[in-house]
Amino acid sequence: MGRRTRSAAAMAIVPLLLLSFFHLLQFVSSTQEIRVLSAEKRIDLTSPIARVFLTLKVENYGAPEVPEILIAFSPTESEHLAILKASTVEGKRKKKTYVPLSVSPVSSPDAPNGAQLYSVTLRSPLQSGETTTVEALYVLTHSLEPFPTEISQSEPQLVYYRDSATILSPYTIVEQTVYIKTPSSKVESYTKVEPTARSGSETRYGPYHDRLPYSFSPVIVHFENNNPFAVVEELVREIEISHWGNLQIRDHYRLKHAGARHKGVFSRTIAALGYFYWVYDTYAKHPCRLDYQFRQSLSASFKTLLAMLPPRVHSVYYRDDIGNISSSHLRINSQKSELEIEPRYPLFGGWKATFTIGYGLPLQDFLFESSDGRRYLNFSFGCPLIETVVDDLTVKVILPEGSRNPTAAVPFPVNQHLEMTYSYLDVVGRTTLVLQKRNVVPEHNYPFQVYYDFNPIFMLAEPLMLVSSVFLFFVAYIAYVHIDLSIRRPLKTNS
Amino acid sequence: MADPSEAKGEGSLRKAFGGVLGVFILLLIGTLAFSIRLFSVIKYESVIHEFDPYFNYRVTQFLTKNGIYDFWNWFDDRTWYPLGRVIGGTVYPGLTLTAGSIWWLLNNLNIPLSVETVCVFTAPIFSANAAWATYLLTKEVKGTGAGLTAAALLAMVPSYISRSVAGSYDNEAVAIFALIFTFYLYIKTLNTGSLFYATLNALSYFYMVCSWGGYTFIINLIPMHVLLCIVTGRYSSRLYIAYAPLVVLGTLLASLVPVVGFNAVMTSEHFASFLVFIILHVVAFVYYIKGILSPKMFKVAMTLVVTIGIAVCSAVLAILIALVASSPTKGWSGRSLSLLDPTYASKYIPIIASVSEHQPPTWPSYFMDINVLAFLVPAGIVACFLPLSDASSFVILYIATSVYFSGVMVRLMLVLAPAACIMSGIALSEAFDAFTRSIKFQLPKLFEASPSDAGDTNRGTQDEPTKVDNNTPTEKTEATVKERPSEKHRKKEKKKLEKGKEIKEKGKENADKVSNKPLNAKKLLVLPLEASAVAILLLIILGAFYVVHCVWAAAEAYSAPSIVLTSHSHDGLHVFDDFREAYAWLKHNTDVDDKVASWWDYGYQTTAMANRTVIVDNNTWNNTHIATVGTAMSSPEKPAWDIFNSLDVKYVLVVFGGLVGYSSDDINKFLWMVRIGGGVFPHIREPDYLRDGQYRIDAHATPTMLNCLMYKLSYYRFVETDGKGFDRVRGTEIGKKHFRLTHFEEVFTTHHWMVRIYKLKSPKNRIRGKSKKKTNPKTTSKINSNKNVKKNPWQ
Repeated sequence: MGRRTRSAAAMAIVPLLLLSFFHLLQFVSSTQEIRVLSAEKRIDLTSPIARVFLTLKVENYGAPEVPEILIAFSPTESEHLAILKASTVEGKRKKKTYVPLSVSPVSSPDAPNGAQLYSVTLRSPLQSGETTTVEALYVLTHSLEPFPTEISQSEPQLVYYRDSATILSPYTIVEQTVYIKTPSSKVESYTKVEPTARSGSETRYGPYHDRLPYSFSPVIVHFENNNPFAVVEELVREIEISHWGNLQIRDHYRLKHAGARHKGVFSRTIAALGYFYWVYDTYAKHPCRLDYQFRQSLSASFKTLLAMLPPRVHSVYYRDDIGNISSSHLRINSQKSELEIEPRYPLFGGWKATFTIGYGLPLQDFLFESSDGRRYLNFSFGCPLIETVVDDLTVKVILPEGSRNPTAAVPFPVNQHLEMTYSYLDVVGRTTLVLQKRNVVPEHNYPFQVYYDFNPIFMLAEPLMLVSSVFLFFVAYIAYVHIDLSIRRPLKTNS
Repeated sequence: MADPSEAKGEGSLRKAFGGVLGVFILLLIGTLAFSIRLFSVIKYESVIHEFDPYFNYRVTQFLTKNGIYDFWNWFDDRTWYPLGRVIGGTVYPGLTLTAGSIWWLLNNLNIPLSVETVCVFTAPIFSANAAWATYLLTKEVKGTGAGLTAAALLAMVPSYISRSVAGSYDNEAVAIFALIFTFYLYIKTLNTGSLFYATLNALSYFYMVCSWGGYTFIINLIPMHVLLCIVTGRYSSRLYIAYAPLVVLGTLLASLVPVVGFNAVMTSEHFASFLVFIILHVVAFVYYIKGILSPKMFKVAMTLVVTIGIAVCSAVLAILIALVASSPTKGWSGRSLSLLDPTYASKYIPIIASVSEHQPPTWPSYFMDINVLAFLVPAGIVACFLPLSDASSFVILYIATSVYFSGVMVRLMLVLAPAACIMSGIALSEAFDAFTRSIKFQLPKLFEASPSDAGDTNRGTQDEPTKVDNNTPTEKTEATVKERPSEKHRKKEKKKLEKGKEIKEKGKENADKVSNKPLNAKKLLVLPLEASAVAILLLIILGAFYVVHCVWAAAEAYSAPSIVLTSHSHDGLHVFDDFREAYAWLKHNTDVDDKVASWWDYGYQTTAMANRTVIVDNNTWNNTHIATVGTAMSSPEKPAWDIFNSLDVKYVLVVFGGLVGYSSDDINKFLWMVRIGGGVFPHIREPDYLRDGQYRIDAHATPTMLNCLMYKLSYYRFVETDGKGFDRVRGTEIGKKHFRLTHFEEVFTTHHWMVRIYKLKSPKNRIRGKSKKKTNPKTTSKINSNKNVKKNPWQ
């Protein structure tokens, strides 16, 4: 489902580009003669988000040159795939530079079992007999499955990670290894596909040799992950531009602890349970006299969240629909601002909370004028909370009243449409550009631009309106005082 | 006051200048009234306060979301489960409609304020309106100066501030404005005899009926005044115009309000108005007959009418009395009865008695709430008698009745406050008038002649025809000289009491004489220059004292929203936000249709903030239902579980202050639960919870107390906090420290343990034999729900 919307979005943005890809593909896939000499896959599971680094050394042993190579994902993976970046290594050893490559989804009816292919366009087509190294980073959300699904307050949280011991690829892989890194050495169990080795917090599958295309051998790793599984189910960001010098941001969060569900009793006193860890609690720095609470147990509940805000932030508020939430700390320096927030209650597995963070920013830091006279906003996409997955992100850029022709430049495919917002004393309404994206991870915190035309005369519309209404009021009052509308006047003169 | 000798142009210019200045002062007063109430927003936050405002807020949200028709037909099934409550028919809609229309207007102007913001600032806005209404009313009684002074006093009277700080979104905030404005329109009609104002008066009365149950005060006070006017021979056609349309239109309009409905003609609270209506017509008729008949014929007709009239009247009266007496409460509602008989509530209705704001006030609370006004009021009453007019007699009647009511119920101090402000405004203004006049009169002379002349001029100008007979002039001068500043300034109460009596006596004498000779009204009162100057200074100091007190009261005493508590400790401000923590938890982590049981105090907040169904709330309309919850709280675990389960309750919420020393928690309210529960279910007996008549929770507490649900839910695992279980509110260690819950489980406790939420454990399946012990959780829940449906006696 998610994949489909994404590809639809991509088609909306770069239809021409895609079309050309299709043409190429048909030509390529039939004739491609590529093999992967060595492949290495490092899966980082230390956080709730699974990050995979894939290094492929590709060789073209056929005659025709190959402009792009394909990376395959299983259907579940592609559903949870948040972002896929590819780059190639240029230069030797010391002067290694990574050059990003463009990636696009490819419809692949001939791929087995619904595997989804992504094509990576190489910088220069791979000539016959040449090799190149492609590095890919992709991020999977919701791929750690808590098991047991319900835990009590003091139990550690165990999760499953499912993957394949061999790398899924449309090409033959000569040699490959998969490394899985877990947050601690506490691994409950793992599937053995010989050769398999485990040392410390790392499990290694491989090396395997000469596997055929699309070979797949499922493995499960069951391990302890006590990271808070903070998932923002829905985030609506409103970015309101005022040409009077302010940029107002309002972020509406619907947060959920997506880890193992909390079951049984809840207790504020952990000592009674006899099982607690001393974790670093930022609040220890601000001890309060009446606080009898012991530190939270390690059982994957979370008390605090950290939001990274731009520097020079002002008038920050943190509240929900029943008022201000009094537990937050703001640290501002010239590089960045850190807002440490605490939901009203510690979140245990399955618990939810909603809140809103709002702040103002100086406009000159984010709004610029491009060379062709258009103005553009340059702002970071994604969620300011660190290490957080956003299931559904909506960014609303509310342009000032009277602005026209908004266009967005976002480095990845998003859904977008226009709507109207009415704010203080608006008559025409403000054009609002709405960008929507599912499955957003911290890697999406990337600047995007919104270009629009704006005539500064519109800035004066509202002040003029107010002035004229006050003026009219006085004129009306003067008129009222000077005009006698009473019907009795002729009577008066008579008498 | 422009002198008649002055040139016309100059006079009109002065008048215009005075007018502009007056408008400017009024604007400032309005700003003052608004801004002095913003301390709560500045010190805390823009949030709805306390209990009832949350209900009003929720109703307003419903109104703005669903529109007016749905609002009238709103049957609220999220409260008083399983009975529900007809909100549209049981709520005074004035406040809600006001805030709703303000919100609607603003939103149509594209000013996107939230409903909450509008609700928070409704009360301050209406305080400004009330100050302006006070100006109008007092102006009708005693002129512009008194009006401005009274408005300024009302803008910051602590009693009114306590009910109308920003966030205190309650009926009274709007109702006080409506009350004063209705009185103003009544006086205005009385002074002008204009039918236009009479109609406005009826509309204003309608607004008051919409806003607050206190409208019965109006519909009894105005008839009293009409009766007073008739008895004292002040009947006029103006009086008729002021009263008759009000009764007819007002009653018709009042009965349009669903919550009043036919009560407008059927309950005893409204009876006086109809009686006076009849009397007024009889009197009007008599005056009319008197006008067209010769005196002789009139006498004959009079005797005839009087005999027949008395016969008819007594017959009607007898029927009425029989009718009224046949109803158990004599046709009065419980709250009205408790006003007439202050001991009524504590005898028969413990729920009314259990509310702290229904208690009689203490003397300090008078000083706290109206401060120096308490001393100025007697002087104002005197000023009202000099001369006595229809308007001033009304104000006197208003203050007399409101003093009585405020003495019965501390909440009605609110009704006293405007009266006290009006009286004090009159007193201050008259005093300033007298002093500045005497200074103005003597200042030119000071430069011309020696100051020793002052005394002589004094004596010469002072002679009032009324008093020369009684006292020697010197004595009298002294008395008045002393009188004026003392009234304003005196903090020594002994002197004041004596003087007060003197003043009243003199006042009455004056009034009588003056009313006989209205032409004499313009009298010149000149005091010694030094005395005047000192008195003015003292008055200003007094005013400053009042202002300081009011600002202090607004900033410190009345600004706390009570859902957020703060305390200052050595390491700074500490915030206790536990209530909202608990409500937010309930809102996000329980099922939408779960029922939450708690003591009724938290009902409104739970429905408004957590959006969960409650069993009882602050609208205490069903005593039995509250008693059921009270009984459950006072029962041991198993019977309590049965009661709650029969009510389909899923969560039980208790407020516990023992950890942080929050004293208005459920344990301290517990005896009321026992009393109210025991009133309906006799097996709950208060003595069982008391050891030798003392309420205690330590080791000496009775076993009934230590085993009741409230105790267990409050103190469950409390001992684990400090190892001893020391209760900071009661100041003792708790009696029973280690115990387990069998039918309830703790699901949430807030940061400072102030709110604890428990879940009812689902009943275990009946075990037939020992083989089937474990069952599929799904089937268990199914069986449960089936069982609930069958067992629930309420459905």
